[in-house]
Amino acid sequence: MSGHSTYQPKTGIERWLDARLPIIRLGYDSFVDYPTPRNLNYWWTFGGILSLCLASQLITGIILVMHYNPSAQGAFASVEHIMRDVNYGWLIRYMHANGASMFFIAVYIHMLRGLYYGSYKAPREVLWLLGCVIYLLMMATAFMGYVLPWGQMSFHGAVVITNLFGALPLVGESITTWLWGGFAVDNPTLNRFFSLHYLLPFMIAGVVILHIWALHVVGQNNPTGVDPKSKADTVAFTPYATVKDGFAMSVFLILFAFFVFYMPNALGHADNYIEANPLVTPSHIVPEWYFLPFYAILRAVPDKLMGVLAMFGAIACMFALPWLDTSKVRSMRYRPTAKIYFLFFLVACIVLGFCGAKLPDDPVIPHLTTFQLGGSDLNSFVWLSRVASLYYFAFFLVVLPVLGLVEKTLPVPDSIASPALSADAHKG
Amino acid sequence: MLRKLSAIAAAAGLLVVGAAGPALASGGALKAKEVHWSFEGPFGKFDQAQLQRGYKVYREVCSACHAMKLVAFRNLGDKGGPFYSEKYPNSNDNPWVKAIAKDYEVADIDGETGDAIKRPATSADHFPAPFANEAAARASNGGALPPDMSLLAKAREEGPNHIYSVVTGYVDPPKGLKVPTGGHYNPYFPGDLTSAWSGSHEHVPPGGFIAMAPPLKAGLVTFDDGTKSTLDQQAKDVSAFLMWAAEPKLEERKQTGFAVLIYLVLLSGLLYASYKTVWRNESH
Repeated sequence: MSGHSTYQPKTGIERWLDARLPIIRLGYDSFVDYPTPRNLNYWWTFGGILSLCLASQLITGIILVMHYNPSAQGAFASVEHIMRDVNYGWLIRYMHANGASMFFIAVYIHMLRGLYYGSYKAPREVLWLLGCVIYLLMMATAFMGYVLPWGQMSFHGAVVITNLFGALPLVGESITTWLWGGFAVDNPTLNRFFSLHYLLPFMIAGVVILHIWALHVVGQNNPTGVDPKSKADTVAFTPYATVKDGFAMSVFLILFAFFVFYMPNALGHADNYIEANPLVTPSHIVPEWYFLPFYAILRAVPDKLMGVLAMFGAIACMFALPWLDTSKVRSMRYRPTAKIYFLFFLVACIVLGFCGAKLPDDPVIPHLTTFQLGGSDLNSFVWLSRVASLYYFAFFLVVLPVLGLVEKTLPVPDSIASPALSADAHKG
Repeated sequence: MLRKLSAIAAAAGLLVVGAAGPALASGGALKAKEVHWSFEGPFGKFDQAQLQRGYKVYREVCSACHAMKLVAFRNLGDKGGPFYSEKYPNSNDNPWVKAIAKDYEVADIDGETGDAIKRPATSADHFPAPFANEAAARASNGGALPPDMSLLAKAREEGPNHIYSVVTGYVDPPKGLKVPTGGHYNPYFPGDLTSAWSGSHEHVPPGGFIAMAPPLKAGLVTFDDGTKSTLDQQAKDVSAFLMWAAEPKLEERKQTGFAVLIYLVLLSGLLYASYKTVWRNESH
């Protein structure tokens, strides 16, 4: 926290540097002496895991660029050159491709943790907004990165997503042409996506610094949602949080390594091992798994423009969250009703992800025909995604604003230390 | 702690389920037959004798129409490859690789006259394509383009099982199915047969029409190691070979993975012990 610094330069060099650029002091105050709530659970380790993911993506990405050829003629072959001829190229590329998925697994857990424990509430609104900006940048980066191997799914995914902007009235067509750098997805599109895919991660890194800065100003939230009141409520970041984060990172790396070494293509799509061919459209174009819930929301709306707006609206809801939730109690641990709605929200997100991977008109329950409604059978994925989308928006726009005013909450502890200490007393 | 960890694992698992969705979609074709492959599992390795047989099937049958442009002759002698030998750590020196390359002719330019010439391939060359260009390939194959085989085993959802199933899966078309000229009915080949089917719409047969005539038959290739040359054997061997061609670093990947996982498990154990020690006097 931006409180009093306790750093004592011990050597002559440290004192000399501290008087000129107090960078060691900054590091000490931020990552050693920084007071951390003592009751943080494992859901709080994902911040550290995410910085590991970002670092891994940056390092592997920079190495990949040394061997990649950003042109429609050479991209696909250069990726295969990396896989076959570059020393440990297969490892670097699989780490980068699966690393994107790991990054999203971690960020979704991180976001849901914030949602459950009310980490977006005053005074942490800016912290939350910066997180939303990082998430938005991550999505743009991941989308453009997926285009770079120039496989079939890269190419046709790029066509589908860039065409979404064409739905905007008046300016849509011009924007699409501008994005493409021509009249179709082609070499100029690949080149600008490559340029931006290299730029955006550094922007993410920049916003991450702001995110951590904002965090250190207001301090971490914790499972009780009660602010630390005394020294008894906190422990020093090092060694207490660092060792716990380190353990969680190591466990996360086991999951990561499992995918990289034993199922490196499980999260990808086989069609992307076919070189892009504008004349052949894959039978079933699907985005990567981390976009599937939004893809389902997009397709749930019959009108293209409204679908695009709904999809962006789904993200806009996250930005507005600090002002949508009216409850004074931060943590859902003391909001039994909100907890139930939260669980249903989780289910809705997973259902949407599932629907996004399916053909909209396929039946949810096989071989069952019910009745037509709105142009589709009621027993279809498009209807399931409509129901789930409706709940997604209702959770943000109805449940959180209204529930905060009417719900009965459980008593909130006075301080962090008191429930933790009394729990120990029970055990003893 | 374990309960919380398993919750994290479950959350990650649920996210993965969403990704498994597209893997199940396959345009109305039968699910591929399950074959047991030596390269499956965390300790899987290619069976070198099988790769050599599979290479022979590719050389004598497939390569007449299918290119394999991402694979170089030297790859055949790389570690894990069909002709790897410990005696020749540099695959360019491998006599089998050299002999195989010499049998092929590749296009080149005469350095002195500038004329387009053909010369015997060297181990550094890639497998030459059987046709000069796509139009030529289509003209010789009734309008269909034989796909490049370098990545075929990874470019199909069901991998080598799919290749094996298509090659062994040709059957007589069911009564009521009108097979177009140059097409062959195959229940494992994705397609939509609704328009060619005269029977009930509820019972459209699975699969599609493939331009390739059944490519393999018993005795078509003579295996040098004396293995009986059945259709099933040829199909298995060539599918395994194509898996190697698509993922030549598979063995290296799995072996590295095992060492990495052991390291990470030990590191996690140490970190957990450190965590317990550091926190032993702190309530939380």
